[in-house]
Amino acid sequence: MSEILRVLIIVINAVLVENVVMSKFLGICPFLGVSKKIDTAVSMGIAVTFVLALSSVITFLIHYSILVPMGMEYMQTIVFILVIAALVQFVEMFIKKASPALYKALGIYLPLITTNCCVLGIAILNIQNGYNLFYTLLAGISGGISFTFAIVLFAGIRERLDTSDIPPALQGFPIALISAGLMSIAFLGFSGLTSGLL
Amino acid sequence: MKFKSIVKNGIITENPTFRLVLGTCPTIAVSTSAANGLGMGLAATFVLLGSNLVISLLRNFIPDKVRIPAFVVIIASFVTIVELLMKAFLPALNESLGIFIPLIVVNCIILARAEAFASKNGPIASAADGIFMGLGFTMSLVIISSIREILGAGTWFGAQVLGASFQPATMFAQAPGGFIVFGFYIAAANLIVGYFEKRKGAKA
Repeated sequence: MSEILRVLIIVINAVLVENVVMSKFLGICPFLGVSKKIDTAVSMGIAVTFVLALSSVITFLIHYSILVPMGMEYMQTIVFILVIAALVQFVEMFIKKASPALYKALGIYLPLITTNCCVLGIAILNIQNGYNLFYTLLAGISGGISFTFAIVLFAGIRERLDTSDIPPALQGFPIALISAGLMSIAFLGFSGLTSGLL
Repeated sequence: MKFKSIVKNGIITENPTFRLVLGTCPTIAVSTSAANGLGMGLAATFVLLGSNLVISLLRNFIPDKVRIPAFVVIIASFVTIVELLMKAFLPALNESLGIFIPLIVVNCIILARAEAFASKNGPIASAADGIFMGLGFTMSLVIISSIREILGAGTWFGAQVLGASFQPATMFAQAPGGFIVFGFYIAAANLIVGYFEKRKGAKA
């Protein structure tokens, strides 16, 4: 199989079959918190994808060039979260200088990415799965795309929920969670789509 | 009196799961069986207790500007302790909770309590707050995971409860069940808390 086709299948698998939010349960806090409007959901998705791609590569390099040679793999959690926090801060400063318009669009969502568990989660999963640098980068980018895909779809549903008549006890988070559950039933339909192809 | 309000706060009025809706990722991800839910809840309680205590002891030494990174390092240290202890003594539970043990670091409940409570209160009150916030989280996890395990597998803590003729609704053990049961759980909690608040209001 050609390499390009393989990459495409990995991306489709990450977005539809093993969606970070819908089947790996990573990044549910921002998924629920920042999905009230489609345009903010798109901004959040882009910011997450950007940070995920960078953090996957940097944590990979740190793990294999610092932690493994020194026999300190048990420090993984502490080191990774610090690296991600520093990286987010750095990205924030860089975007502020380089593109004020983008900075304004992302606004408060950038610093929030530090506590988005899909960033730390994917960094740890990459190491656990023993990916090489190329697949680590690919996992970071496709993880970001799959987060964006889920949050934008969900924001579309929530915009329509705003105008519907919902019993008082179910308003807000409960109905959002139930809609997310129905959405994840739809995603279950994709399971097996790429089986035998990877 | 203050102690009583900390208990009530952690378990009911500011229950992290159904009142504040924090820490949703582990709630949905690990609540597939009651044992997993209990394990995750207790692990998070331990981290909350440790981080609240240490942050409260250091609250006058940590400069305000770097407090968030400092809190994160303290929390991550306790998470690493839990991770290593679990690997050594509870390998089966460690296996089934998997990546969600290191992810306790980014569980918003813990940072939220550090910021909202431990950085402003003394060590004893902070430790109590950590324990009861943790127990509130554990309670929610056990309730949600019990519902999911009973409906999804017909068992509770691994023991058969619904009889052999029960056809398990596998959906509840999978992703959609997590979202839907959690949604109805918050709705039920809203109804119950709302009912008591109304009754209290009528009395006053």
